[in-house]
Amino acid sequence: MNDSPAPPKLKVAVWKFASCDGCQLSLLDCEDELLPVAETIEIAHFLEASRAVAPGPYDLSLVEGSITTPQDVERIRELRAQSKLLVTIGACASAGGIQALKNFARVEDYLRVVYATPEYVETLATSEPISAHVRVDFELQGCPIDKGQLLEIVLAYANGREPRVPRHCVCVECKRAGQVCVMVASGTPCLGPVTQAGCGALCPRWSRGCYGCFGPMPGANAEGLDERLAMLGSDPRERRRLFSTFYANAPAFRDRHAQGRADEESS
Amino acid sequence: MGTQKSGTPGRGDGRRVDPPDVPGGAPASLLEPAAVGDLLRILREQGYRTIGPTLQDEAIVYDEIEGLGDLPAGLTDRQQPGEYRIEERSDDALFGYNLGPRSWKQYFFPPSLRLFAARRAGRGFEIEPPDADPPALALIGIRPCEIAGLDVQARVFTGGGHVDPWFAAARERAFLVAVQCAQAAATCFCGSMSTGPRAERGFDLALTELLDEGEHRFLVEPGSARGREVLAVLHPTPAGPAERARAEAATRRAESQLSRSVDGEGLPELLEAALEHPRWAEVAERCLSCANCTMVCPTCFCHTVEEVNDLSGERTERWRRWDSCFSGEHAYIHGGDLRPSTRGRYRQWLTHKFGTWHAQFGSSGCVGCGRCIAWCPVGIDVTEELAALRVGSDRAETAETEEAT
Repeated sequence: MNDSPAPPKLKVAVWKFASCDGCQLSLLDCEDELLPVAETIEIAHFLEASRAVAPGPYDLSLVEGSITTPQDVERIRELRAQSKLLVTIGACASAGGIQALKNFARVEDYLRVVYATPEYVETLATSEPISAHVRVDFELQGCPIDKGQLLEIVLAYANGREPRVPRHCVCVECKRAGQVCVMVASGTPCLGPVTQAGCGALCPRWSRGCYGCFGPMPGANAEGLDERLAMLGSDPRERRRLFSTFYANAPAFRDRHAQGRADEESS
Repeated sequence: MGTQKSGTPGRGDGRRVDPPDVPGGAPASLLEPAAVGDLLRILREQGYRTIGPTLQDEAIVYDEIEGLGDLPAGLTDRQQPGEYRIEERSDDALFGYNLGPRSWKQYFFPPSLRLFAARRAGRGFEIEPPDADPPALALIGIRPCEIAGLDVQARVFTGGGHVDPWFAAARERAFLVAVQCAQAAATCFCGSMSTGPRAERGFDLALTELLDEGEHRFLVEPGSARGREVLAVLHPTPAGPAERARAEAATRRAESQLSRSVDGEGLPELLEAALEHPRWAEVAERCLSCANCTMVCPTCFCHTVEEVNDLSGERTERWRRWDSCFSGEHAYIHGGDLRPSTRGRYRQWLTHKFGTWHAQFGSSGCVGCGRCIAWCPVGIDVTEELAALRVGSDRAETAETEEAT
């Protein structure tokens, strides 16, 4: 390696749509790793870190936030065209986020409650993931994302390899850590069996049920879990609320709270 | 605590476990409950890390214990498919529980193990020495089915041409203090797997807790020379026929409480013929593909190997971690996942565990501990699934026979 020229740095841009900024903060949160990372990549556009911005095209765009306005729709298409790789970071960009709760209500009702002069607000009726509008190369899950996984994404692309991010559920993290199952041992409702790993089983390790902030794992059998929770005595309202948080708009969870609402109305 | 001393017992003596002196147990003796504390102290003085049952987060799990006070005195567990609860006993039994979620495999086949590290050196790389050797462990309270589980994994990790060095060293150094079962959980089915509720071999010492009519003593049987040496230091009193009879009664009580069973008759052939059975699709509707059954199973050994490199790319570590046939990544090969459906994954697990394991390792992969039943978050019961597969297959066989005649 020493006798070959250094490879060109990966040109990275960070973009924000409808979101809380927490996921892009994860990049700044890489305190110990930040300097070595900065040597591996060129940060061309990251307003949270620097006003200095470089024009595109970009090797890797990290996109935070969901699509909620007509302007967002235009901007994400532009960014896609400027980006060799586009990776969504977080629940908002990957599934619509908590703000996607408006997808299951009348947006006019919310506007009237929240804003003094709702006529100034131009918004879509839905909050949608980036993938509803453009091709996405990788969706990094979490609310917020795990900084270790973010580093893995950046390093993988900087080294020209596929990112290695687990697709199994939180239970595997619990069991590897020797954590006692809160659902089996205490009857605590837990979304761990259907939620993608990445958090290190944070909540179960504090004897709490998982609330699914990394979203459904691929192939999640949320219906099977929902039925079991009902058997354990969880009422339709509790189950509906369990599935309608940060990943309320992810299909596996969306089906469950839609079903829960129907059950509540019929009971 | 738990530091490795030089002259670790068991190291390099080339002996795993002595055969028992007499079938049915060597001359038995008696110990008071306080002597269990002395036993822990002696084993620790000899350099063993003492691992045993202790209450943690609403369950009795195996972890490092230092003395009598760490044991779950007066506690037991009640288990059902998908349910585990701690309950109080009416006595002060030290080993009056059944099984918890952690099996002993965590010490022989650790959930995460660094295999080695490598550092870039010019155009090549240099391997850094592997991690320290496994510690010498004293397993306090290993149950008969768990000894069988350890044997099954020993055949997997050390029985073939490629011996796993960690497992082999950890197993050779381990000192096994078995506790014979005097009760059974509703999820236990060791009887039909011929692994319990009593162990005749495979331990250094075996304890039977005698609790009837206000008595609280332990009947002790040595199973190896090491066991006899340690026992001698405890100055036990000889056991008479009455105590032996009470120990046998405890075993019979556990046997009588076994409520689940697996019919092993022709099971591998039956499973091989049942690959298209409709039951697989039915169980897949309930199964979450969450891998809990495989994580708590004392014999499941699937793992993944990962390279973890540092930011500079100058150093990399190779880690082995528990994986599962229920995870999508485990069956991912170039271009896709070869077992994308839960139906296919459950079938793979069950047919391997109870069927093809025989051809691969010469025994069943199941020891009947029932952990997969209790710790399945939706309470899927392997004994029920196997029975359902048998009924359907019998019917299919009968139909074929009828057609043929």
